[in-house]
Amino acid sequence: MTTSDWELVIGIEVHVQLRTESKMFSPAPNAFGGEPNTRTDPYTLGLPGTLPVANRAAFGLAIRVGLAIDAELARYTTFDRKNYFYPDLPKGYQISQLDHPVVEHGKLPLASGKIIRINRAHLEEDAGKAMHEGGPHSVIDLNRAGIPLLEIVSEPDMRSSAEAVEYLTRLKLLLRYLEVSDCDMEKGSLRCDVNVSIRRSRTEPLGTRCEVKNLNSFKAVEKAIEFEFQRHQRCHAAGEPIVQATLLWDDDKEETRLMRTKEESADYRYFPDPDLPPHHVTETWIDDVRKTMPELPWMREARLAELPGITAYDAGVLIQDRSIADFFEAASVVAGDPKAVANWITGELFGLLREHGDDVRESGITVDGFGRLVALVKDGTVGAAGGKKVLAAMYGRPDADPRALIDELGLGQISDEGALREIVQRALDSNPKTVEDLKAGKKKAAGALVGWVMKETRGSANPGLVNKLIGELTR
Amino acid sequence: MQAFPAVATIAQDVRNGGRSARSFTDDALARIDAHGEALGAFLHVDVDGARAHADEVDRRAAGGDDLPLAGVPIALKDNLCTNGVPTTCGSRILSRFIPPYDATVVARLRAAGAVIVAKTNLDEFAMGSSNENSAFGPVRNPWDLARAPGGSSGGSAAAVAAGLVPVALGSDTGGSIRQPAALTGTVGLKPTYGRVSRYGLVAFGSSLDQIGPLSRNVEDAARVLAVIAGGDPRDATCSNDPVPDVVAGLEDGVDGLRVGLPREYFDDAIGDGVKTLVRRAANRLATAGATLIDVSLPHTSYGIPAYYIVATSEASSNLSRYDGIHYGHRTKDAADLAETYERSRTEGFGAEVRRRIMLGTFALASGYYDAYYDRAMRVRTLIRRDFEEAFEQVDVILSPTSPTPAFKLGEKTSDPLEMYLADVLTVTANLAGVPGLVVPEGLCDHDGARLPVGVQLMGPLWSEARLLQVGRWLERTREEAISIPEGAAS
Repeated sequence: MTTSDWELVIGIEVHVQLRTESKMFSPAPNAFGGEPNTRTDPYTLGLPGTLPVANRAAFGLAIRVGLAIDAELARYTTFDRKNYFYPDLPKGYQISQLDHPVVEHGKLPLASGKIIRINRAHLEEDAGKAMHEGGPHSVIDLNRAGIPLLEIVSEPDMRSSAEAVEYLTRLKLLLRYLEVSDCDMEKGSLRCDVNVSIRRSRTEPLGTRCEVKNLNSFKAVEKAIEFEFQRHQRCHAAGEPIVQATLLWDDDKEETRLMRTKEESADYRYFPDPDLPPHHVTETWIDDVRKTMPELPWMREARLAELPGITAYDAGVLIQDRSIADFFEAASVVAGDPKAVANWITGELFGLLREHGDDVRESGITVDGFGRLVALVKDGTVGAAGGKKVLAAMYGRPDADPRALIDELGLGQISDEGALREIVQRALDSNPKTVEDLKAGKKKAAGALVGWVMKETRGSANPGLVNKLIGELTR
Repeated sequence: MQAFPAVATIAQDVRNGGRSARSFTDDALARIDAHGEALGAFLHVDVDGARAHADEVDRRAAGGDDLPLAGVPIALKDNLCTNGVPTTCGSRILSRFIPPYDATVVARLRAAGAVIVAKTNLDEFAMGSSNENSAFGPVRNPWDLARAPGGSSGGSAAAVAAGLVPVALGSDTGGSIRQPAALTGTVGLKPTYGRVSRYGLVAFGSSLDQIGPLSRNVEDAARVLAVIAGGDPRDATCSNDPVPDVVAGLEDGVDGLRVGLPREYFDDAIGDGVKTLVRRAANRLATAGATLIDVSLPHTSYGIPAYYIVATSEASSNLSRYDGIHYGHRTKDAADLAETYERSRTEGFGAEVRRRIMLGTFALASGYYDAYYDRAMRVRTLIRRDFEEAFEQVDVILSPTSPTPAFKLGEKTSDPLEMYLADVLTVTANLAGVPGLVVPEGLCDHDGARLPVGVQLMGPLWSEARLLQVGRWLERTREEAISIPEGAAS
């Protein structure tokens, strides 16, 4: 049986840590890392007598996500307790939302226009970290415990590992645009579990699914889905039943292994948390959040692609980071040439940011300075090479004036036609052999003449003008 | 032994410099030292902390701070968290637990100038009606040391009844303030759910638990309530509505008051001695111009089953945190994680707590949830409606508190169900969230002893001021004095 005989069905659960000042149910700070067990308070430690109080800001972020995926926003939401024992869960239960999640029935479009339906997004609190580093003891760090999480559950709408990765990529982009999370998989602020099943045709009911956890990159997601796709087909071919189970992805061995079957999974004994009264999400609250919504990344991508000279590819690259897209749009106005600005961003600026490991907002390069520099290159005041030096000099200096830096660094370009004509004439006079070659049709000879002029002007001659003058004077 | 002066008198004395907070504190500490052990009422006496705090109160009073409870010695049920002072909940599992924070009520008491002198004994995790479920031994009733003081706030009730402290705090999940108050001849108030912050009260049944005062007179209870009540940003279930003045109208009369007598609360299970005294209180009200009205709370008989499902379900989850991992008792030499959990919890919890955890775990289990927890919550709604309908006709409800006066230690321990039935007249107020006040009405002969009987007043949500006013009237017109029982000083 070949691959094409089976349809692959994928659903994805994403957990994102929300970017709030404090934790989901207590005033302890929400931040990554820190000395173990320092970002805690009596509630986070699960001490007797402590009570949860829901973080209003986390609700605001969940509403943002709901609005962005065109979802239904619950006007009445409740929290439930999910009871299980594990050392990283100091209360013995996690507060989550079972029956009345804050967001339901959303939609996320793929580039093709296909809609991935989102079943729900609900608020909950993160667990701590239990580390087993060998030796007789395990250690527990509760800094992460209680960080607000939004769990976003898709419908089983994806049909290939590529679609799954695209869904995740676009969801991550959206969440970063909305500034609800930094979505850093390495730091664990975005985590995903995938549910995989197969069936012979789309009219058949869904097959038995397996959930794969411990996916630390989108690459791992792709590989795990492919692995499971093959494994499920092998099971069918061998006539073995597929057992509903939770699996762990082993990134080194590139295979899944059994964590537990459905029979072994805990009864979480969900019930409404009596410590948290229902929350009423009002129209006014939703309207207030709506007013702060940014343009969605795919809307922006379409709009940028309409700008003069900007290709779909350029637009796709520029929107990957909201601050870059903002920078691009503002600098384009200053420079008056979106394409040139795009080239300078994706070429030079990205290089500098990578080198320094900075966000554009931390780079000290201002929209105004950058836009003016691009304009100065365009009008020939400084050459491309000089422009790069100027940009490097502007790094970390928000007050830097590109025009002044050109002079300071002696990078001014000779674009005075009269002055250059004289130098080009000298080049021709000094290299009669080369001029003959040029006149005989050897195009390469022009390069040697340009080189002579550049040497003479220490690289500051406007190369376009030099070429033009050589052409005129050797005609 | 002389009773302490009224709370208002103590506070005024301390503010005027007539007598120091330190002197009142030393008095309470001496009484506790002399009589506390015989009663088994205390789990921890904070001698040094109390004296230091009393000295600080004296300095603050001298500086002109307006402290409503200046220098008032107070004992706290040992399920209220006290910063730096052990808080055991009467359980081995927390026998060495010292909280790093104060409960909201504790912080408010301290700010008001009260001096916390001791932590009182209780049924383990407040689960019980006789105080025999404490891991640290039972509490004895000052009226007859062979008898239980009721529970679970038995230590607080006994301490106040014996005159060792003027006031104490208890907690009431199904009657745990009111029943011990009734059995020890003290005043006990369970406020409306949400009137007093639960932050720092070790949770038993989170949707039922309320903190309230036990005292020797109604005014003292009102003055303590005035300090501890009111909104708290740390408790989402605590109301932010302003708390009305609960002291100002205390001396008002009862002319025109409509008093409901619920027929379900006077059935054959209620002892004659108790019924007689409740009727006596009712007749006195009628003579003074109140109207007695027969009312029905038809779902009362479902109160006990609904209560024991809701309370145990919530408890099974609330007590999950005592796992031997983060704090509290941890078993020695467990082979693995599962064994650490099992053995730590088996060793740390007493039989009644284990029974309730298992009951609650069962009630919440997948497949049973609808039949138990969900159905109990529906019953709860019906009971709440019973009260709402009754309060359309009457201002307050008057009833017995406990079917009998104090029973003997050991009398009911062999049959948990019989013990649970001791709560039949009190659990409904917790299920409905309404406030309940118990005021001693007199003494009756019971089972060869002369024992106090307390009547229960219940009112609509947030009606504490009215309950206290009617309670004060009953107290003022009471035919017998309720003094400190002689047995307490033995």
